[in-house]
Amino acid sequence: MAEQAQATDSGPRPLVPFLKLGASPHLEGQKCTCGAIFLDPKRIACSKCGTAGSLKPVQLSNKGKVYVFSVVHQSFPGIKTPYMTAIVDLPEGVSVRSTLVDLDPLEAQKNPGKVFDLPVELVTSVVAKDREGHEVVGFQYKPSR
Amino acid sequence: MRNVYVLGTGMVKFGRYPEKTVPELGGEAALIALKDAGIAIKDVEMFASGNLYQSNAMVGQRILQQIGQTGIPVINVANACATGSTAFREAFMAVASGMYDVTMAVGVEQMGKQGLLGGAGGGDPAYATEGKLGSGLMPAVFGQAGIEHMRKYGTKLEHFAKISVKSHKHATKNPFSQYRNEVSLEDVMNARMVAYPNTLYMCCPTGDGAAAAILCSEEKLKQFAGGRKRPKVAASVLTSDPYTDRDLTLPDVSTLTRRASKKAYEIAGVGAKDMALTELHDCFATAELVHYENLGLCGDGGAGEFIDKKGGMHPSLGGFSPVNVSGGLLSKGHPLGATGVANICEVVWHLTQDDRAKDRQVPNAKAGQAHVIGLGSACTIHVLTI
Ligand SMILES: [Zn+2]
Repeated sequence: MAEQAQATDSGPRPLVPFLKLGASPHLEGQKCTCGAIFLDPKRIACSKCGTAGSLKPVQLSNKGKVYVFSVVHQSFPGIKTPYMTAIVDLPEGVSVRSTLVDLDPLEAQKNPGKVFDLPVELVTSVVAKDREGHEVVGFQYKPSR
Repeated sequence: MRNVYVLGTGMVKFGRYPEKTVPELGGEAALIALKDAGIAIKDVEMFASGNLYQSNAMVGQRILQQIGQTGIPVINVANACATGSTAFREAFMAVASGMYDVTMAVGVEQMGKQGLLGGAGGGDPAYATEGKLGSGLMPAVFGQAGIEHMRKYGTKLEHFAKISVKSHKHATKNPFSQYRNEVSLEDVMNARMVAYPNTLYMCCPTGDGAAAAILCSEEKLKQFAGGRKRPKVAASVLTSDPYTDRDLTLPDVSTLTRRASKKAYEIAGVGAKDMALTELHDCFATAELVHYENLGLCGDGGAGEFIDKKGGMHPSLGGFSPVNVSGGLLSKGHPLGATGVANICEVVWHLTQDDRAKDRQVPNAKAGQAHVIGLGSACTIHVLTI
């Protein structure tokens, strides 16, 4: 952990390293020359083609489409249910997993077909406060208007 | 490569054994298998032990403390849910290679009442992602695999529910099964939703249990089997997940299964149609459905119709291509490390018309297969023939 470097920074922290905060929050992946893009965990070489030294940072689109989802009704203690989890396909050809918000989970499981290919966009929100008192910011997807 | 045979098998009924230790459970299964094989621990030349939750604690050696420390080579195997079947494969390869003539594999697990949801991990809980970044919990992960099938082929919740009804019906005939109660389609559909579309009865239980197998060469088969027929391990295949695009976020249990299946049928010189029974990895009803297609029991997109026509059901219930006549993970239980060896035991019992399968015997069983997926991922397929 780079705790010393961060000691003077009292700002919010991203929930995951591939979420970049700031004026326009977005996801940052690693792109290989073969076209494959990775989000998590960070790779030292390409999982797809095995090439080392070929990965460059790439900013990903905040808009995507829902591929599949589930509605979680049973989770760890303290986690509010039900919530929707989804695999979102981004135009760059990579998929992301996160929570779907602004949708009725029970309605979604009655009519799953309405959620497939639903256009969504990335939103961020404070999801926790860490031990050092920093706000932790996560990202979710909501239906695009 | 030499021919390898399953000389003996042993299984401890899946359930809950809070009063026993992991080495005791594993040792019990081993003793049953040794007796079934007609040999003693001193005849075993190598031992592969599969256990997940105590994988840093030399479970294999502790099993030998229980049943006889003969000083043989022991390896401890961990490969997620494919732990037991990977141990079996190690014992198989040890004989196939010509290095040993008689080997033993044990799969054992004690899960207590811990749920299948998994652990939360260490570190600052503020950075735990469950519920904040969607869900990585198994019921949701496998729920999505089912939803992907719904999306592609219009599969209905009812199709998944029918799998659970079948599994429970099968389990009523298996004294080794953790649960032996029947459930109706309504029971399954109306049960508490865990993660859509998996209701409670579409999720496997957790539990304790153990299973063991003794493997041997052709020469030792003649020496020990005394005329009893014993199945040949016609194929033993292990794959890991190759790179696929969505596997990064949506674990892909299909690609590595398809690769393993193709290879297993090729090596064994048989096809899906030749399988008198299939024991496959139904950790969730949604998983079983996609594996019907992955193992070639029906064509792509055909799983819904396969189920509607009683595909996967025991012939005595009017079905065909029977799948998980043991009750499967859904009813028989899923003590992680034990599962892979127990599945192989089930296939062996049908091929040898063993009393332990007498109430659910599949007729004319000449070939069968056992499939396991360990998420992360590992896939094993063993084809047995007689
Ligand atoms: Zn590459």
